[in-house]
Amino acid sequence: MNLEELEQIAVTEREAREKVRHEVRVCMAAGCLSCQSQGVKDALTAEVKNRGLEETHKVKGVGCMGLCSEGPLVATSEKQMYKHVASADAAALVNSLDGEPVKRLDCPTDVPFFQRQKKIVLENSGVIDPERIEDYIAEGGYRAIVNALSDMMPQEVISEITTSGLRGRGGAGYPTGLKWSTVSRADGNPKYVICNADEGDPGAFMDRSVLESDPHRVLEGMLIAAYAVGASEGFIYVRAEYPLAIKRLKTAIRQAERLGLLGTNICGTRFSFRIDLRLGAGAFVCGEETALIASVEGKRGTPRPRPPYPAMSGLFGQPTLINNVETYANVPPIIRNGGAWYAEIGTEKSKGTKVFALAGRIENTGLVEVPMGITLRDIVYDIGGGIPEGRKFKAVQTGGPSGGCLPADCLDMPVDYESLAKAGSIMGSGGMIIMDESSCMVDVAKYFMDFCMTESCGKCVPCRVGTYQMHRILSAITNLTATEPDLKMLEELCDLLKNTSLCGLGQSAPNPVVSTLKSFAEEYRAHIHDKKCAAGVCGAHENGGDEKSKPEEKNEARELSEVGA
Amino acid sequence: MKKRLATVWLDGCSGCHMSFLDLDERLIEVAEKADLVYSPLVDIKEFPGDVDVALVEGAVSSEEDLHKIQMIRRKVKTLVSLGDCSVTANVPGMRNAFGVKAVCDRAYTENVTLNPGTPAQVIPRLLPYARPIHEVVNVDVFIPGCPPSADTIYYALTELLEGRQPELSAKTRFGA
Amino acid sequence: MSPTNVVKPGTKPVQPASNVKTLQIDGKDFSARPEETILDVARQNKIFIPRLCELEGLSDVGACRLCLVEVKGSNKLLPACVTRVYEGMEVTTNSPRLAAYRRMIIELLFTERNHICSVCVSNGHCDLQWMAQKLGLTHVHFPYRYPKANVDASHERFVIDHNRCILCTRCVRVCDEIEGAHVWDVMGRGIDAKVVTDLNEAWGNSETCTSCGKCVHVCPTGALSEKGHAVAEMEKRRHFLPYLTMMRESQE
Ligand SMILES: Cc1cc2nc3c(=O)[nH]c(=O)nc-3n(C[C@H](O)[C@H](O)[C@H](O)COP(=O)(O)O)c2cc1C
Ligand code: SF4
Ligand code: FES
Repeated sequence: MNLEELEQIAVTEREAREKVRHEVRVCMAAGCLSCQSQGVKDALTAEVKNRGLEETHKVKGVGCMGLCSEGPLVATSEKQMYKHVASADAAALVNSLDGEPVKRLDCPTDVPFFQRQKKIVLENSGVIDPERIEDYIAEGGYRAIVNALSDMMPQEVISEITTSGLRGRGGAGYPTGLKWSTVSRADGNPKYVICNADEGDPGAFMDRSVLESDPHRVLEGMLIAAYAVGASEGFIYVRAEYPLAIKRLKTAIRQAERLGLLGTNICGTRFSFRIDLRLGAGAFVCGEETALIASVEGKRGTPRPRPPYPAMSGLFGQPTLINNVETYANVPPIIRNGGAWYAEIGTEKSKGTKVFALAGRIENTGLVEVPMGITLRDIVYDIGGGIPEGRKFKAVQTGGPSGGCLPADCLDMPVDYESLAKAGSIMGSGGMIIMDESSCMVDVAKYFMDFCMTESCGKCVPCRVGTYQMHRILSAITNLTATEPDLKMLEELCDLLKNTSLCGLGQSAPNPVVSTLKSFAEEYRAHIHDKKCAAGVCGAHENGGDEKSKPEEKNEARELSEVGA
Repeated sequence: MKKRLATVWLDGCSGCHMSFLDLDERLIEVAEKADLVYSPLVDIKEFPGDVDVALVEGAVSSEEDLHKIQMIRRKVKTLVSLGDCSVTANVPGMRNAFGVKAVCDRAYTENVTLNPGTPAQVIPRLLPYARPIHEVVNVDVFIPGCPPSADTIYYALTELLEGRQPELSAKTRFGA
Repeated sequence: MSPTNVVKPGTKPVQPASNVKTLQIDGKDFSARPEETILDVARQNKIFIPRLCELEGLSDVGACRLCLVEVKGSNKLLPACVTRVYEGMEVTTNSPRLAAYRRMIIELLFTERNHICSVCVSNGHCDLQWMAQKLGLTHVHFPYRYPKANVDASHERFVIDHNRCILCTRCVRVCDEIEGAHVWDVMGRGIDAKVVTDLNEAWGNSETCTSCGKCVHVCPTGALSEKGHAVAEMEKRRHFLPYLTMMRESQE
């Protein structure tokens, strides 16, 4: 495969497209599939076939269009989108192609939700058919790697990434260029490239969407990375709960292998690279890089102390590059358009765009890609459409169980790594949960602590027992039975876990508590002193007693299972 | 002014009191510094007020224990948790994982032939958990040990009667 | 706690003098080989650093977090058992803050399962109990959890009492790394984690166990014991471990 051959595929594909007068795109990502978009696509295909329009009308399954809450989504042109489409609407939609749009299904696209986004990672999502490599190539896909292989030294590739200012999208925001150059300089052969697609934050589905909508982009990103750092083998660690993403990745890998874009002597060069999938069994901690590596090695997925960092000693003790899905997805456009182009977007220290999964009390839930530095207010009110039912915004939770809750006075803060950290939260992988006054912040903190407690790997003492103790106290507070000393103990444990836990899970587990204690201290006080929950969520009686939080029952539930005796 | 000293026996085996008696002739020395105003070792029914130091043995296991320790806390300046049962719940706490019903069934039904059944009267009702005293009321001094040795008790007591805070971790430990 | 002057597995014998690092621990100057950890240096020089999961002769996992020390220039506390020395390093092994963290960690361990020292076979010979006293613990201010944990007495010579297990994984490591049988491993997550034999089979039914007893003797508490011992009678013997490591290395 060389550039001409690649171009040939693109040209053939585009010619085929030109014959088509109407392309009807039906979302085939998990969100819309879960509300029967497969049926819609089948009905549309049948309708077109019945009318004998197959030559000029093409029904195409595409990836996520972003507005998942309004699915199934169908697009009949760049500007015309339909929401809540049912199979029964097929005839009406086909009629509309050469006539008036179907008003009752109209999903306006000239709204801020679509207009204010800036798509780089998601540029092909909702546009191409994720199951066809040709479609990706027609949009300029694989050009970056083929170009890099023929025209760039690995060092130049790394320097483009460094120039771009790209930082890891898996949570910590470590400079990607720096990581690549560390791996490339590390002694050892073979080297490995790993894609972290474990995406364990509750409510987050950015990575899943990228994998389902544009899997080749991730493969290309990994190829470029492998070339840059000198790796010959790669793994994608994807959670088994993402069957569609797995299926599409498998298809994509097979297609790329068939075209010689994966395998030995890629594009006739000495560069060889193969990619294998490894399925995770849904442990949050397996997203932590050292635990993930242990899991890929076939061991129990528990973190180990760093250093040594994976860049020096990772998979099977070899230098290993590990990046997040979205990080890799940013790579092909950076190589295509140059690092300087990417560095234009965003803020001084946070470049490019970030994909967020909007959830909770917000009008538009779904996936959005925005330039770094945009304010929270713009995301919540403009893009997100504000809080439904005229309620009042209370807080936004970013960064999942490792993140924090930001109150209303943070709304005008720019969204970038530093600002979020300064405000007591983190960028995280991109989950964004919006809460209104019907949410109790202690209850929210308890929810995340419950998550950390059950997802703790159990290796180190502070996290294993500390999360249990913190959860116990938070349960007491939400049952309105806690006392002042409990609060002091909670603060003590926050400090302990942050400073003594082995890995990021334990170290950041207190964040939801610390951030709510900081911004919503009066809610904690009301629960403890006045035995009142302003949001009406908490109380031993109101909710009939949360089963799990009663100490007695908890004990029963937490029995260690029987062994021989 | 002589100090007013009390000793209290909650859910424990009385071993800590035996260890206290092991002070032997040093008991006379203690008696010179303090009056024993309440104790299972003396015949006083009512817990008096204004007690300077109370040594409390045993975990808080029953409603009676709970009532007693709360009342005592109000009347005592320095409350001392004496022995592992009061400091950690120790042996009385071994029932905690099983629940009250299972424990009573085993004690009053499964293992008896004459009038089996848990008595509903006379014996105080058990709390769901036997707890260390400091989980129920504030405790000022902890003397772990099962039982703490007479020397440890002597040291702690003389320090307290002199108005000093004893440093106990070097002298005793859990299970000592 | 354990004998000194033993070479760690995986460390090479004496390096050329040019490869010596100098560092300060608690204000005193020391020199060390680059592959040595802070704990190695501290131990050789009789500086006490609390620890529970670490045992000389086994690989280090950095799990108990008791050995955390302050290192100048690092905003994180570092585990002495796995942190290598470097030139000019300045280590503080004790401070009010470290002492408070260590006490809390020990307290958490006591609350996690049912540690009833007074009725334990290892009373008086227990690393957890000893460490608690050494760190000045007279009571546990976190509430106890009182889980229902099991005792597996199915093995003809040994017993495991999960009530007393602190999940240090020394048994797992000694069985895997020294005996080579890998009978033990950990199952479950978080507070539900526990050590198991084979695939959570009763120990007595284990087809891999060689009944060597190494796990029993590296166990810091009374969780693993030999049958036939009453309270306070189970003394652990660990002299075999440095000996085996030394022999193994001399053959390499
Ligand atoms: C508890 C825990 C869970 C994590 N989960 C994920 C995850 O699901 N996906 C991910 O990409 N990174 C996750 N990370 C971050 C990874 O350890 C690692 O930093 C990241 O994959 C590096 O890629 P990046 O530099 O591209 O961000 C997690 C970290 C921790 C501590
Ligand atoms: S912090 Fe939690 S998840 Fe991380 S190693 Fe420790 S127990 Fe495991
Ligand atoms: S001895 Fe270092 S963490 Fe346990």
